[in-house]
Parts: sequence; C-alpha cells; structure tokens
Amino acid sequence: MVTAAERVSSHKWGMAVDVDRCTGCQACVMACQAENNIPLSTEDIYRQKRTFAWIRIERYWYGEFPNVKARFIPIMCQHCENAPCEPVCPVFATYHNTEGMNVQVYNRCVGTRYCGNGCPYNVRFFNYWEPTWPTSLRNQLNPDVTIRSRGIMEKCSFCVQRIRRVSRETTRDGRELQDGDIETACTEACPTNALVFGDYNDDKSRVSIMRNDDRKYTHLDALNTDPNVVYLAQVDATGGAAGGHE
Amino acid sequence: MQQRRILDEVAINHELLRGNLATPKWWLPTVLGLLVVVLFGFTLMGIMFNKGLGVTGLNRPVYWGLFITTFVFWVGISHAGIMISAILRLTQAEWRRPVTRAAELLTVFSLLTALFFPLIHAGRPWRIFYWITPFDFARGIFPNARSPLVWDPFAIGTYLTGSTLFLYVALLPDLGVLRDRTTGWKHSFYTVASLGWRGNPRQWRLQTVAGILLSALMLPIFVSVHSIVSWDFAVTPSVEGWHSTVFAPYFVVGAVHSGVSAVVTMMAVMRWLWGWDNYIRPEHFDALARLLIVVACAWLGFTFAELIFGVYSLEAPERALREMQMFQWPWNLLFIIFFLTAFAIPVPLWFFKRVRNNIAMMFWTSILVNIGMWLERFLIIVPGLSRKQPFVFTWDSYQVSPLEWGLLLWSFAWVMMLMLLFSKFFPLIPLFETKESQVFTTDVKIGRVNMPAVIRELD
Repeated sequence: MVTAAERVSSHKWGMAVDVDRCTGCQACVMACQAENNIPLSTEDIYRQKRTFAWIRIERYWYGEFPNVKARFIPIMCQHCENAPCEPVCPVFATYHNTEGMNVQVYNRCVGTRYCGNGCPYNVRFFNYWEPTWPTSLRNQLNPDVTIRSRGIMEKCSFCVQRIRRVSRETTRDGRELQDGDIETACTEACPTNALVFGDYNDDKSRVSIMRNDDRKYTHLDALNTDPNVVYLAQVDATGGAAGGHE
Repeated sequence: MQQRRILDEVAINHELLRGNLATPKWWLPTVLGLLVVVLFGFTLMGIMFNKGLGVTGLNRPVYWGLFITTFVFWVGISHAGIMISAILRLTQAEWRRPVTRAAELLTVFSLLTALFFPLIHAGRPWRIFYWITPFDFARGIFPNARSPLVWDPFAIGTYLTGSTLFLYVALLPDLGVLRDRTTGWKHSFYTVASLGWRGNPRQWRLQTVAGILLSALMLPIFVSVHSIVSWDFAVTPSVEGWHSTVFAPYFVVGAVHSGVSAVVTMMAVMRWLWGWDNYIRPEHFDALARLLIVVACAWLGFTFAELIFGVYSLEAPERALREMQMFQWPWNLLFIIFFLTAFAIPVPLWFFKRVRNNIAMMFWTSILVNIGMWLERFLIIVPGLSRKQPFVFTWDSYQVSPLEWGLLLWSFAWVMMLMLLFSKFFPLIPLFETKESQVFTTDVKIGRVNMPAVIRELD
C-alpha cells in the first residue's frame, strides 16, 4: 500500500483513446504481443477460451440494416485509481504504484485469479499453461520483459519497461521528460493516432488536453473505478456522439 | 414421548463399541475401495500441479468454477457440527445426543476437504504459504488484510481448531472406556489419548463446563465462517450476481440447510452400517426433519430476497443475468433441478409424519437437498462470471473438465474414508451422552401412569 505522501509523484501516466479515429486495424494488438512477450493465442488456446491480448479491439455493430456501422473500442488495462482488482489480491501481487499505474508483480502472484474476477474489463489474463514459442519466434522475445511462468496473472503494464528506460535516459542526459518521449508499443503502432500515452500531471500533454475534451468518457463509470484510460466518444455524422456501451 | 427400549450400560458399551473392539466384515473392503478413489484424486491433483491449471475447464471470464463451488459446498456441510452440537446443546434439545459426535466429525472432515480446494486451485500452489500464513517469510510483505481470501484461512482455521477441540473434549470419557477394554498398543494409545480420564466428579464437571464453553465460543464462528466465505463473492462489485449485501446471512442459512441434511444422510448410513437401531431412532429423524423445514423455509426466503435485491434496481445487466440463470439453456435446467431438489421436493414431503419417520425417505430427501445446494453455489458462481459486465466481447461459457469431476468425486470419497477410519478407532455415537440421556429420561410412576422424567443439564 502507498501512503498519501508517497502518492505525490511527478508523473501520473495515462492513456487517451480516440474511438473516432480507431479503424480496428489491430496493429496495436500485434505491437503489444511483440513488445511484451505475450503467449501466442493459437487455435488450440482460442478453443480453450484462454486467449491472451493485453490490448484487444472490441467490435460492435450499431444501427439497423442497411445503415449498419462497425464500432471499434480498444480495451486494455484501465489502470483504475480505485481498482477492484487491487484489494482482493491476498499477496499484494497487484497494487497501485506512485505513478498512477496498476502494476502486477509476477513474483508475488500465487494465482488465485481473484483479481481476474474482480476486474470488470476482463483485461487480466491467467497463464493456464507454461508459455511456449515456436523456434522461429525465439529471437523475437523482448529481453526487457519478463516471461511469465504458468500459474500467474498478467496484464497491460503501460509498457513500464519503456517508461523506465526513457526516465533513465533523461536523467542521464540531465533533461526534462517531454510529452511524447515515452511511447508505449500500442501508441507507437497506431496508424491513426487513436491511442495517445502521456502524463496527466503535465497540463500541456496531449492526454491532459484530451482528458478535458467534451467527448471524454470512461468505461463502466457506475462501478466508480476511476480509470486512467479515458476514451473520446465516436462522432456520428448522423446522430451526434455515440460512445461506450448502451 | 415415544416408547423406547431401556438399555443397560453393558449393552450400550457392547453395541456402540461394536466397530472399535471388533472389525465389521464390510469395513476393510469399503475403506480400500474408497482409498482407491482417494489415491486417484491425489493423482489428479498431481497432474494439475505438473501440467498447470490448463487441465481444468476454467477459462478467461470464468476464472472460478467447480473447485470453488465445491469449496463453498463443503464449508456449508461443516455447519452441521455447530448447529447440532453447539446450538442444540445450548438450547437443551435432548434428541441431539446420538448425533453430536458424528455431526462434529462431519464438521472437521468436511473442513479438511474444503481446505484443499482453494489451495489446489491456486496457480502456484507451492507458494500458498505467502497467502494463508500471516507472516512475511523475510519478504517484507504480509498478506493483504483487505482481501477476503486472507479472511478465509482465519475463519476456517478458527472453526477447525474450535471443532477439533470440541470433538476431543466430548471424546474423553469414551476414550477412557476404550482404554479399559483394550490391550496391547491400542491400550497404550487410548491411555495417552484419554489424558488420564478416570471419571471422577471433578473431571466430569470440567468436561461439562468445557463443552458448554466451547459451544458458546463457537456460536460467533457459526455466523462468521460462511459469512466470510460469502464475502469472497459479495465484495466483488464487478460481478453481477455476486455483489449482494444479503449474501452473508443467505449463505449461513443455506449452509445450515445443507449441513443438517448431510447429518440426516450420515445418520441413516450409520444406522444401516452398524445396526444402531436402538440409538438412532425414527424420532431423531423426525426432529431433524422439523428443524429442516424451518431452516429450508428461511433459506427460501433469503433466496427470494437475494433475487429481489438483484432485480429491484432494474439494471439491465443484472436483469439479463437473472434471466439467464433462470430461463436460458443450460442454466434453466440446472435452476429447475436446483429448485426441485433443494426445496420443492423434500420440504413438502417432510410435512408428512410418515415421511419424517421413514428412514429411507429421509435418506433420499436429504441427498436431494445437497444436490440442490451444490447446484445453488454453482449457479451463483459461474453465470455471474461468464456474463461479467456489458463487455459482450469477453462473455464465454464454462465446460467442467473430467478432471474437475474426478476431484469432486475425490472429495466425497475422502470424507467417507476419513469417517470410516475414525469409526475404527473411536465410537461414532457418544457413549456417555447416550447413558446420560438414559438417566435423564427414566420413567417416573405418577399414580397409575408412567411419565418420562426429563432432567436437564446443570446451568
């Protein structure tokens, strides 16, 4: 647990997702897969209903035929300030760090999967099997990211390894961290810039500006999870803004 | 008051120690048969440890399934012990006497079984000490006191300790009897186990006081254990069908329903196996069935209350979930079976005196109740997870794997085997309680009528 004094940190990382820009191309999903050594969701695993995708594109159909529209919503760990997954973990494997992130400590996890039940967004993934990769992908694994063994939970980390690396580099070079210095794998891969990563404590950062947009909404507000991932609703030329789930 | 045979103390000793001083013919084959199932179950656990939880049918939205259902089920069964021995003792219900020990035993063994499930259900079971022990093991991190999963070991640990002590205190006079009637290593064993019991007035006094004290001390546990188990679900705001404030009393009453039914099942089996017709009489079944009618009706009230609390807010997801639980295939089938077996069939039957006094009928109806109560827990746990929140993209169903069914079977074989092993070394019906009730129910001649004079325990 973090005391109030410790909570005051210079950074509060967050992400803004402009649903209006998302084309559902799944580039973020693949980038995340490659960056974070996520076990492969093979056909076998799919049939077992145990696929992994730290970020997933949910596709919903709206409207009546012939005016049917596909809507895409990228869903990743929402890094809730008031996360339902955190208090239920018996071993503090998941907790809130001083930079506003909901972090998962793999070594502490005993695999009760209670956090997975607690998460309303279903973005926590359990390693039912020891992860394996084909030989062709051996050298593709990212050395900066731990490979999770079987029996533990994992989820989107906001590419914490990139945050740490850039922070180290800026400290070394003695310069201020600028907005845009840190890109997570998904924001970097997004061709339409629908995904934006940044610091909410920096008033001029893109995420801070997007967070104050009129189109801003967060998912499952009724649960009072206070997510650090905000969404900008889709603008519908025929019927105004339509965001989230009805 | 019904007619009963007056039993002399020699006959009581002879009949109740039948299983201890001699081995019944069926005992060894039965225990060996159960041992095979138990070993099979441990093999399945070994496979689970070796390969990982992938061998179960659990998947992404449904992270908890049959194992947690079975855990709640056995914790529920364990409520029989306190209900029968503590509450009925404090309320001085005389008919409890022949079943107190078996009920306490069922408590201890069903808790020992229940404990297995959350532990083997962990992804890395070799690390569970970091979770269940309130100690940091030099890691600098104690378990998270906010998690209901940390409350569970405390609740169950206290319950297990309390009921074991209770069982042992009630066993002492009988161990003394066994010590005096055995030779060789058995004699030595009972000598140590009976803690120098000689049956003098001071020892009887201490034994009675300890029993009453332990009963009173265990009453809060009666409320707490299943409340805490229910909070595993109730504190999770994300899962519709779990997040309900009525869960704690609802689960406790449900636990008593299933626990007392399990005691009925066990009494029928004991009567049949050891031929204790003079001790476990139809009037005992009659009394338990009357108790069960009350408990079952209270439980039904809570079931409806939970449903009404759920749909009262008219929130679409909650309503959709309830609709699925009750009206959508395959849940509707389970729901119908659950309602018929847990209430609709047994309870109306228990209203008939002929059914209450018919041991075969009581046996089958009590089994029905426990089928229904298992399904109730399953219907609470799984549908809520498979339809968690309106992110329809992640909704999915759950298929129980053969391995999980195997471990459910294991749990029953394990409890039965432990009971039978216990029956070989300790009397299942308390001798001293039976003798005491004989004394308390001596007939007194008043005029020309013989009236049963019932003297109660000392205050």
